[in-house]
Amino acid sequence: MATIEQTTEIGAPAHRGASPGHDPHATATGVPNTKLAMWIFLASDCLFFGAFIATYLLYRGRDKVGPGPKELFDIPFTSATSFILLMSSLTMVLALAAIQRGDERRLRIWLLATALLGATFIAGQVFEFTEFNHEGLNLNTNLFGSTFFILTGFHGAHVTAGIIWLMSLWGMASQGRLKQGDSEKVEIAGLYWHFVDVVWIVIFTVIYLVPQPAAPGGG
Amino acid sequence: MTTVAGALTTVKRRPLLLRRPTKTTGAFSWFTTIDHKKIGIMYCATAMLFFLVGGLEALLIRLQLAGPNGTVVTAAQYNELFTMHGTTMVFLVGMPMAVGIANYFVPIMIGARDVAFPRLNAFGFYVVVAGGIFLYSSWIPGINGVPNGGWFGYTPLTDTPLTAGFLPGRGPDFWTVGVVMLGIGSTTSAINFIVTILNLRAPGMTLMRMPVFVWMMLVVAFLTVFAMPIITVALIMVFFDRNYGSLFFQASAGADPLLYQHLFWLFGHPEVYILILPGMGIVSEILPVFSRKPLFGYSVVVFSGIAIGFLGWGVWAHHMFATGLGPVAISAFGVSTMLIAVPTGVKIFNWLSTVWRGAVRLTTAMLFALGFIAMFTIGGLSGVLHSVVPSDTQQTDTYFVVAHFHYVLFGGLLFGVFGGFYYWLPKVYGRMLDERVGKINFWTMLIGFNLTFFPMHFVGLYGMPRRTYRYDAGLGWDAWNLVETIGAFVIAVSTLIFLANIIVSIMLKRGAVAGDDPWDGRTLEWTTTSPPPDYNFADIPEIEGRDAHWHHKYTEDEEGRLMPLPSGGAAAAAEGDGHHDGIHMPSPSIYPLITGLGLLPLGYAAVYHSFAWLGVGVVVLLYGLYAWAIEPGTEPDESDHGGGAPARVPEPVH
Repeated sequence: MATIEQTTEIGAPAHRGASPGHDPHATATGVPNTKLAMWIFLASDCLFFGAFIATYLLYRGRDKVGPGPKELFDIPFTSATSFILLMSSLTMVLALAAIQRGDERRLRIWLLATALLGATFIAGQVFEFTEFNHEGLNLNTNLFGSTFFILTGFHGAHVTAGIIWLMSLWGMASQGRLKQGDSEKVEIAGLYWHFVDVVWIVIFTVIYLVPQPAAPGGG
Repeated sequence: MTTVAGALTTVKRRPLLLRRPTKTTGAFSWFTTIDHKKIGIMYCATAMLFFLVGGLEALLIRLQLAGPNGTVVTAAQYNELFTMHGTTMVFLVGMPMAVGIANYFVPIMIGARDVAFPRLNAFGFYVVVAGGIFLYSSWIPGINGVPNGGWFGYTPLTDTPLTAGFLPGRGPDFWTVGVVMLGIGSTTSAINFIVTILNLRAPGMTLMRMPVFVWMMLVVAFLTVFAMPIITVALIMVFFDRNYGSLFFQASAGADPLLYQHLFWLFGHPEVYILILPGMGIVSEILPVFSRKPLFGYSVVVFSGIAIGFLGWGVWAHHMFATGLGPVAISAFGVSTMLIAVPTGVKIFNWLSTVWRGAVRLTTAMLFALGFIAMFTIGGLSGVLHSVVPSDTQQTDTYFVVAHFHYVLFGGLLFGVFGGFYYWLPKVYGRMLDERVGKINFWTMLIGFNLTFFPMHFVGLYGMPRRTYRYDAGLGWDAWNLVETIGAFVIAVSTLIFLANIIVSIMLKRGAVAGDDPWDGRTLEWTTTSPPPDYNFADIPEIEGRDAHWHHKYTEDEEGRLMPLPSGGAAAAAEGDGHHDGIHMPSPSIYPLITGLGLLPLGYAAVYHSFAWLGVGVVVLLYGLYAWAIEPGTEPDESDHGGGAPARVPEPVH
């Protein structure tokens, strides 16, 4: 039994102060509560996007009526907006580094920059959705329409929630209520933001970059 | 507003906030409490209420089926009854009941003062309440939207567009939106459990010293976190198919309606273990106490629980053997289904070995735990039959399956839960439940349960299909169905006996005073008072081994015989007086309630495509969230002893 107890312990041994009333950072695993909770939420969200992506892959190339990806995609445009979104991860890191240094001015700048880059990506997505719509693709046009709009739409909703979160942090920072000691709040938002970016890398690759199979119906 | 400087900035900038509730007693305090114990009680009370509602639905179903060609309800009403019965029992009884018991006891059993996120905990509860209200509001006359597509909601039955659907009315819309809401509630509470169990363990409480119930709740929380998003996705697709014309399950557009079944059961089978593992955890606590022996093979019980959690992801297609998946798939899933019976069987032998040669006390709690083993074994055996594909194909959608899962979920989970109530309610209220009434409760429950569900094996094998609202005479089903209906009413009587026991023993305070440790228990909850104080432990306990409390009380002589220690648990009793003034518990908050109920208008907005409801929901939700984020987890205590640094409490952010 003793060996099992030794080998299955996660992280540092449980120690004093791991409950309310003591230092919140002294947890049994050594990972702060909010950060652990965010990691678990993100793991859960993986399954959310995973199920949508699996649906997209299952239905890929099954359509008998167009318009399909080949007629619609503007890869350079979407690559540009994807690049903008990925750059927002860089500014997010800079924001975190700024608050960890105690540099509140740069914190505000980089938080705002991250939110703006995210908003630019969303603007690109709105533009893309509108274009596809003009070219005849709707939720009810074909399976590509259903899977594409729902998958990228829910990703866009995640980015939008992230923008609201970042702007809330920016508002707090502007009022001087985000101090060096609060860097964990920025870090948690950053975890979410990076996750949303990483999911977009997967979605972009799966939807835009992987070559479309020839439709079985010859369409 | 005369507070320490650090808090000043937050206090100053809170013009839009409601006054912080401070009362921790009285009726109103229940709406603002974030004490894990009170939330646990509210979960259990809510689940018990829905158990009665779901039970009434079951009684109506049984009345309709008591004889051939029943006329109690119409076919349409029957569809609504079995759909709501299943949905209620799974999402509004089984899950909240387990979450409630765990809410109360997991923090105490690991030596913590609360959960990691007290306000998120309250939020999860109110979301479950909102989801329950939402689902049942569909019965309001004029709404025409009682869910009627089964608790599984298979496509293409449920997802054809609203106007031309197989299921006219709003039923599937209320069902999809309601279940998504309940999923949000259970996901937040699962995240909270994981963080609490991993992070808030008392000093020395290593993972392999945790009580098995805590372990099982950890596994359940992981299953919940990973299973819920999958059904959420499936339900979103059904909802969009019905309301916005998407084509996810429209075979005419080249889609595959079977995809829904895969997604549903990829959630649904882990869900089965989400429901049964808490029951296994509860009996793993009860059996050692009433056998006066440690749990036999603790680590094996823990690891088989974990193994069940993993294997539970690889067996979902055994719900779909009749759909024509092809020989490779059904062989693989048949094998994996046989495999998952192994850790389950291991647990049964561990429990039997725990009782074997123990100094058994047949209390009501123990009887329910032993009943759990027997009933669950029967349910497990009929479950293994489903891994044999030809046999499963024969049994699919017959009453045999109904018998199987009621043996597992009622005979399993609910027997465990009833045992847990008899075992733990003395700790919660400080009063014992009456044992004589309890034994009547147990025996009527056991007899009623077997009368109801055992004959379903027979009628199932004779070919009686599930979910049909009537049957012809002369098929050999009549007598058995009458017996089942009688059994269902025996269960109802037994449930009333249980409620009467609670009312008399606890509410009217007729029960004997329990004291701290009425059962000679082994785990930490028996070291504190009954009921425990707000902060659970005046001093955070130091843990030196498994069954921590037991080793405070007993030691062994050289021949391995049990010897009471002279201090007799005095180590634990010594705490409790003195310096708990300095313990800051998180302050009550109204925002979890506001935020949670904000989902209700959003639900109606989704079903009715109403921007007015949407506006209301968004405003309420955002107000709740922002106010929640701004208010501190613990109000600075003005009457605090000036000198001491204010104790910091982990501030729940989300």
